[in-house]
Amino acid sequence: MLREKYKDEIEQILSRYPVRRSALLPLLWLAQTEEEYVTEAAMKEIAGILRITPPQVYEVVTFYTMFNLRPVGKFHIQVCKSLMCGLVGSDVLLGWLQARLGISPGQTTPDRLFTLSTVECLASCGTGPMMQINDEYYERVTEERVDRILADLKRDGTSPLKSGPFILPQLAGSEK
Amino acid sequence: MPTYEKILLKNMEMPGYTGLLADYERVGGYQALRKVLGKIAPADVTAMVTKSGLRGRGGAGFPTGVKWGFLPKDYTGPKYLCCNADESEPGTFKDRQLIERDPHQMLEGIAIACYAIGAETAYIYIRGEFSLGARILERALAEARAAGYVGTNVLRTGVNIDIWLHRGAGAYICGEETALLESLEGKRGLPRVKPPFPATHGLYSKPTVVNNVETLANLPYIVNRGPEWFASIGSPPKSTGTRVFCVSGHIKRPGNYEVPMGITFRELIFEHAGGMRSQKPLKAIIPGGASAAFFTPQHLDVKLDFESVAQAGSMLGSGGVTVMEEGTSMVWAALRLMEFFYHESCGKCSPCREGSSWLVQTLRRIINRRGRMEDLETLTDLCKNIAGRTVCAFGDAEIAPVLSTLQYWRDEYEELIRAAEPSGAAELVMPARH
Ligand SMILES: Cc1cc2nc3c(=O)[nH]c(=O)nc-3n(C[C@H](O)[C@H](O)[C@H](O)COP(=O)(O)O)c2cc1C
Ligand code: FES
Repeated sequence: MLREKYKDEIEQILSRYPVRRSALLPLLWLAQTEEEYVTEAAMKEIAGILRITPPQVYEVVTFYTMFNLRPVGKFHIQVCKSLMCGLVGSDVLLGWLQARLGISPGQTTPDRLFTLSTVECLASCGTGPMMQINDEYYERVTEERVDRILADLKRDGTSPLKSGPFILPQLAGSEK
Repeated sequence: MPTYEKILLKNMEMPGYTGLLADYERVGGYQALRKVLGKIAPADVTAMVTKSGLRGRGGAGFPTGVKWGFLPKDYTGPKYLCCNADESEPGTFKDRQLIERDPHQMLEGIAIACYAIGAETAYIYIRGEFSLGARILERALAEARAAGYVGTNVLRTGVNIDIWLHRGAGAYICGEETALLESLEGKRGLPRVKPPFPATHGLYSKPTVVNNVETLANLPYIVNRGPEWFASIGSPPKSTGTRVFCVSGHIKRPGNYEVPMGITFRELIFEHAGGMRSQKPLKAIIPGGASAAFFTPQHLDVKLDFESVAQAGSMLGSGGVTVMEEGTSMVWAALRLMEFFYHESCGKCSPCREGSSWLVQTLRRIINRRGRMEDLETLTDLCKNIAGRTVCAFGDAEIAPVLSTLQYWRDEYEELIRAAEPSGAAELVMPARH
């Protein structure tokens, strides 16, 4: 139950808004971080906290693409397929990932480690092709980097190839 | 290559600049806030911004001071400022840089705007995917609160300015200002019918201003160096100041370039961004994000300011400039953008919801060698029936790529249709909209 575990955080979130319902997205984020997807129990509990109905929560959850209604793999790989990344090879990147993971977009590997998705523009169009894995961006991805990233994730749960704060044009190419 | 003084990217381009409060203060940060709070009347701050000629950097280019002036004058209840950090227009990635590299600059801008419009609460609506940006902003907000720049009784002047971060969760439409407000109220992000406008009935039906990150980030400099200085940069009187243009596509040095408005596409693309990435010549330019009509190399000498780009038949929009080389299929490019719009249509208005689906299906049919010449009429017709028939500007945005590629590269469409064969690839199944 979120209410017991995150009592102070929930109070803090509610205090930011004059109307309780505004806390819906923040509470859904909390629920998703807790369980990796938004469970039915969490939706009901959040409805109770905000004094709205469960369908009102459900209609919001289904509107926003980042909320998962089903469990996803430990690493959720999301490749940007919008035009600007498409111009610099997002289809090729997707191909590399499909070949290595043996799955298509929308699928999860049998070991439940990786889920592959395609998404629309993530505001990294100058550093494509790019992908988001869980909370992190990976930009200017090459075939060799795909191998390193996947190996890093399997081994350490994270990869040093993830992006730091926005890369400046004059530094581009000089980073690792 | 001509060089210009930068305003917004200046701090972050200094070696070793971290964006932490101490660094920002060292370069004069929060001096503008000190200058206005309790010393310059809020209405005079608004007048200053109007005089500077600053126009919105979010897409529509509305004059910022004028927008603030629409708030009811005699109203004493709560008012709100919303900083639009949803940045989801394909081709646009400037707000991300402003947020991640110099968060205090925009926070100071937000505080100044709050003071000018009399809002005690501001929400930064940041797209859900910017989790690094959200962490950086939270850290900056904690620093600003501890230093007394944000919170109750700011700098002991009796002024209260609370700033909260609100994360979106993946929906392009939430960048549209009234959809953003709905989302902030905990609802599906469906745009509202206007009027009433947010200036009178915004967040929680209270007077509200929505401004883009880059718009707000300019405010400290307008205060510090004066509106006359700002108004002298760029292409006065209508397009003043700099813009951070995001250059992407088949370009040698993709990235953000802050230049005065009014330089030409030729200068931006071939001098600042280094020209085409290979020997292939330039074929097409998207001048202002995915919602802007395509340009051809004929447009290279058009100036990058609001009026010039509009006169040439497109819009400066979000500042996203995408460059495509010879050999790129324009039908494919239009389809890629159309798939984006199809995926992101919120579903409220039928011309947009159904029209985007039909546009994608028709474009796919042509690409898959199953097109018919009548399809070109169908495309034009669909676009005409979407234009002006939707609650928000999304409808007008989604038809721009189709209409402009049809206008300039109709032969490519026709060629694909002539190559059509009965055994062409089967039509793809439409993916479910989330
Ligand atoms: C479909 C659609 C998407 C939009 N997305 C954004 C966005 O991501 N960021 C933004 O600042 N403005 C966006 N806008 C423009 C906003 O509605 C609004 O005009 C802007 O935030 C106002 O700020 P400004 O006056 O400072 O530009 C969008 C508009 C539409 C119609
Ligand atoms: S098009 Fe891929 S990040 Fe913008």
